[in-house]
Amino acid sequence: MNDWDRIAPQLAEATWDTLYMVGVSTLLTVLIGVPLGVLLTITAPGALSPSPLVHRVLGLVVNLGRSLPFIILLVLVAPVTRGIVGTTIGSTATIVPLTIGAVPFLARLVETSLREVGHGKVEATLAMGARRRDVVRTVLLPEALPSLVAGITVTVVALISYSAMAGAIGGGGLGDFAIRYGYQQFRTDITVATVVLLLVVVQALQWAGDRWARRLAHA
Amino acid sequence: MIELTDVRKVFPARRGAAEVVAVDGVSLSVADGEFAGVVGPSGSGKSTLARLVNLLERPTSGRVVVDGQVLTDLDDDGVRQARRTVGMVFQHFNLLDSRTAAGNVEHPLELAGVGRSERRRRVADLLDLVGLGDRHASRPAQLSGGQKQRVAIARALAARPKVLLCDEATSALDPASTTGVLDLLRQVRAELGLTVLLITHEMAVVRAVCDSAVLLDRGRVVDGGPLTEVLTRPHSPLAAQLLPAPAVAGATGDLLRITVTESAPEGRVLRTLAGELGLDVEVVGGSVETVAGHRFGRLLLSVTGDDGRLDAALQRLREGGSLVERAVPGDEPAPMDAHDDPDPAAPDGRVVPHLLDAPEVQR
Repeated sequence: MNDWDRIAPQLAEATWDTLYMVGVSTLLTVLIGVPLGVLLTITAPGALSPSPLVHRVLGLVVNLGRSLPFIILLVLVAPVTRGIVGTTIGSTATIVPLTIGAVPFLARLVETSLREVGHGKVEATLAMGARRRDVVRTVLLPEALPSLVAGITVTVVALISYSAMAGAIGGGGLGDFAIRYGYQQFRTDITVATVVLLLVVVQALQWAGDRWARRLAHA
Repeated sequence: MIELTDVRKVFPARRGAAEVVAVDGVSLSVADGEFAGVVGPSGSGKSTLARLVNLLERPTSGRVVVDGQVLTDLDDDGVRQARRTVGMVFQHFNLLDSRTAAGNVEHPLELAGVGRSERRRRVADLLDLVGLGDRHASRPAQLSGGQKQRVAIARALAARPKVLLCDEATSALDPASTTGVLDLLRQVRAELGLTVLLITHEMAVVRAVCDSAVLLDRGRVVDGGPLTEVLTRPHSPLAAQLLPAPAVAGATGDLLRITVTESAPEGRVLRTLAGELGLDVEVVGGSVETVAGHRFGRLLLSVTGDDGRLDAALQRLREGGSLVERAVPGDEPAPMDAHDDPDPAAPDGRVVPHLLDAPEVQR
């Protein structure tokens, strides 16, 4: 079947859709997930501003989000998606469940990264007369930056796999394309092509993330 | 300059661990310009004591006064302001890896809201002061331990404090770097008129730089005072740590311990024992050091051949000003100089989780 001149532009569009969904949801995930991770870290017992209640409630919410299989989450948040975007179909609509799915994931990674920052550095900064928000701004986040970048890279890769899954319920992008053309029309060559494209995208992002994290790490 | 009055710090019981009284009613006074030491075995509460001075730990009870200000009466904001009068240096330096040497020194100035050009000038002065004027752009990872501690000292001095707290500041350094850092501390104390409170378990450090010291044991001050006074007190536990002369079991004959000072040298005692009484005298332990510019020592002697005249002779010697006592094995604890560094692999003595160990990353 030599219809690749027809399929190739569609494949390119699907790739663009995937990058768009993953790009926007990464941005939103970082904007929500990093502060959430900071909050989780500093409210822990013995941390910068311990608050057992806040810590436990946030931990519970994050665990709930993390333990839910993404495919279930997709269906579960459909009403929310419709409320925000107006539809549950297409790549823009998929951004909502992607973000909701990735925020708890990133929040945990951020928490792990920030916990790695030695308590001595925090203590030294408090001894200078710093406020707690100064400690977060000038110590925790900058010191954990290489590790945060690594965590965000992992999240982006997870978002790509989530976005492909969202294709199963009409989410747009490469996953959607692979299911509609490759799976439902028995076109293994198209499935293979999308897999190769996904692989290239993931590899490129991982490589860029690793490089960036290494450049930031001075240790 | 520093005044602690009956300060207690109790860490409440948590998750199976019993309540810990880290500091148990300590009163301590450090004069303006004094170089004071706090020594004690591992777990004696000395690091907690340092953190009580700048209220990194709030005392459970008691009063902390620094530079005339009652810190324990201040609210959180007031404490933050007051902390700028107290610089602090740590065992593991605690420099930020994300900043250069200059950036680390600049950090407290940024927090204090000092303008950029003023900050630059001050950072240059401080790095010159600690002898690292050529390492502005170096990252902590590119510096040796001694250089890191110099940067940390420059950082601690940035906000022009009146007090410098040193918590085991030389304990992670090799002997040469230790000497360099101690010389620097002495120099900045003299040039800037600082008051220094130095926490350490290394007696050599106390002998080298301190004017006075207190010995802490299980959260209590058990001994202390100006070193020149402490070292002439025959039964001082602090003197026993500073100049160890422990009596060991198995020595034959009568054991005597002499405290040697410039006004009570050991010669007279030896002449009396060996010459006058005709006893066999052996030196079986002890040390003689220069402390605060004076010769001090404690010697353990084993004498044999006493025919009953020894006690009378000792009495006569003591009346003549010599500091000599009978000693029995086990009458003073072993020196605590053994290194009590918690775990060099984990700089803060706690388990450091790694991103790659997180279950999320395994998927």
